[in-house]
Amino acid sequence: MPYPYTPPDYYLLDELLSDEHKIIRSAVRDWVDRSVMPVIEEAAQNHEFPLRFIRELGELGAFGPFIPEKYGGAGMDHIAYGVIMTELERGDSAIRSAASVQTSLVMYPIYTFGSEEQKRKYLPKLASGELIGCFGLTEPNHGSDPGSMETRIRDMGDHYLLNGAKMWITNSPIADIAVVWAKDDDGKVRGLIAEKGMKGFSAPETRNKWSLRASVTGELVFDNVKIPKENILPGIKGLKGPLMCLNSARYGIAWGAVGAATDCYNTALQYSLERKQFDQPIASFQLQQKKLAEALTEITKAQLLVWRLGVLKNQGKATPAQISMAKRNNVEMALKVARETRQILGAMGITGDFPMMRHMMNLESVITYEGTHDVHLLITGADITGINAFGIKAKNR
Amino acid sequence: MKILVCISNVPDTTTKIKLTADQSAVDLANVQWIINPWDELALTRALELKETSGGKIEKVTVMTVGTQSAEPTMRKALAIGADDAIRVNAEPQDAYFTAQQIAHALKDEHYDIILCGIESSDYNGSAMGNMLSEFMELPAVSSVSNIEIDGDQVKVNREIPGGYEVVEPELPFVAVVQKGIAKEPRIPSMRGIMMARRKPLKVVEPAEAEALTEFVRYEPPKPKAACKMVDADNVEELVELLHNEAKII
Ligand SMILES: Cc1cc2nc3c(=O)[nH]c(=O)nc-3n(C[C@H](O)[C@H](O)[C@H](O)COP(=O)(O)OP(=O)(O)OC[C@H]3O[C@@H](n4cnc5c(N)ncnc54)[C@H](O)[C@@H]3O)c2cc1C
Repeated sequence: MPYPYTPPDYYLLDELLSDEHKIIRSAVRDWVDRSVMPVIEEAAQNHEFPLRFIRELGELGAFGPFIPEKYGGAGMDHIAYGVIMTELERGDSAIRSAASVQTSLVMYPIYTFGSEEQKRKYLPKLASGELIGCFGLTEPNHGSDPGSMETRIRDMGDHYLLNGAKMWITNSPIADIAVVWAKDDDGKVRGLIAEKGMKGFSAPETRNKWSLRASVTGELVFDNVKIPKENILPGIKGLKGPLMCLNSARYGIAWGAVGAATDCYNTALQYSLERKQFDQPIASFQLQQKKLAEALTEITKAQLLVWRLGVLKNQGKATPAQISMAKRNNVEMALKVARETRQILGAMGITGDFPMMRHMMNLESVITYEGTHDVHLLITGADITGINAFGIKAKNR
Repeated sequence: MKILVCISNVPDTTTKIKLTADQSAVDLANVQWIINPWDELALTRALELKETSGGKIEKVTVMTVGTQSAEPTMRKALAIGADDAIRVNAEPQDAYFTAQQIAHALKDEHYDIILCGIESSDYNGSAMGNMLSEFMELPAVSSVSNIEIDGDQVKVNREIPGGYEVVEPELPFVAVVQKGIAKEPRIPSMRGIMMARRKPLKVVEPAEAEALTEFVRYEPPKPKAACKMVDADNVEELVELLHNEAKII
């Protein structure tokens, strides 16, 4: 770890957090310092996800913090979830991604749309990390437009038959279960739980990523997979199901991005005070101060945005469009902060001794998944004008 | 058997310490507070002992002398795994004052092992544990680097130059522990943090007690002077500088 992590709190936002939130933050920060920081650079360079993180995240309670205790969660509020995401993404977006997927894309739908038996069967083991889950929505031919998905389930009387393929699925190669979205005989989107080992179900890995290298990504391939009827999520029909999951995940990402940004800022500030050129610390040059001052301004705005969004989410008032705005703003903010602060380090900034390049490359995925930067802008545009600009097909739906 | 762990609430070790304008006190605005690192390790060892005792150790209690502002730190100790907590509602003034408060609060309580960190990372006085044993009229073992429970006997390793000695103190006793007592402090889990909400935190009012120390003034250390590099072959210049500039030879 090049410098101690002392993230900025320029507007004294700490005063808006409860003591419990601060204990949560220090716990997750300690875990990241102890378990992630010593190995993350090498893991990213080697394009591998240390599997022990899953067990440790489970022990820490980072999976499903807002899921009730009776299902193995911690029963915390949404600000707590946000604080956890910020600390994890300070370590690496890959770690936060694993927690996001498990919490918001696997546990959340099972908790919200699942039967009591499904909740009892899966949630406690997902919370502890005994089971790894993944979320299959995106397909080779349908990314931003998941409503056009081709994956199908056919009612065979006593079971369903699942056919199709999903792509870009975080953790699919290591997952034990997959929450899969597919259309039924009526063309309605349904959610189901596919288990590894079911005949005809495979999950090949996608290699050669320059981004989220410490996260496993892969496909889900279903070739006449028999899905028992009790594996269908009974509580939801339609695209609203996956979109509600994405809402929860995007909310966490908006918080997470702040962690990546503060890690970059913290590193650049300390480096600039130490590094001398022309006999002066580079922090004394106006051009470097501009980068630092602008980074801190943007970080502070992003912190305020997610804090307020968290309050609204706790009150059940955060709208999907508000969440889109925060995800879009904060991820772009983090990406820009990573780029600018990397320059402050000159050549040192391109090495793995400092975190900027890793965060910067990771954030290229983060700005793409869970709705691209463009798509979130279209969501805001549609929300404020009432006019959908997603394209002719979307208008007719 | 019951274990008590004394906990002091100290500024986070990464805090940049600032003084008030008149240098009469440390400026505590925006300081993050933590469990004193030695106490955190003591708590970790106490919990390990409890978990491996097969029910013999009934509970681990944490105790502090501090105002309301110390409660988050106590909640964290509960989140890590302590069963209950006691807070003596007073601003800790010095070791003498703190030890008297704890001794007084424990008058009607019984603990078999009382653990104190060898020092606290704020004022590093290294006096509280031994003063406490004196006020409580209990035996004390200091520089403790390990505690094991073996049947009814407690075995304590005490660091001495070149090794350690094994002591078997009579119970109850005070152990003043140093860093080797546990490998690393426990990180509370999210479930532990939620459970801590429901654990008892008893507040007791302080006794009459005086402090024997008065803090007159604080001074920050002088900034480090620039480092002068001398060529490895140039011994003459080095000697000259040590003699005339550093004036140490
Ligand atoms: C590392 C990683 C992990 C992922 N994990 C998961 C996962 O776990 N589960 C899952 O289901 N998916 C996952 N995804 C997929 C991700 O959600 C999609 O990549 C994303 O939704 C974009 O889809 P696409 O890549 O097909 O791009 P496309 O939809 O083809 O978009 C290409 C470009 O066209 C633009 N565009 C698309 N539509 C419009 C429009 N109407 N107007 C203007 N511009 C438009 C986009 O903004 C983008 O710039 C992951 C992706 C990555 C990179």
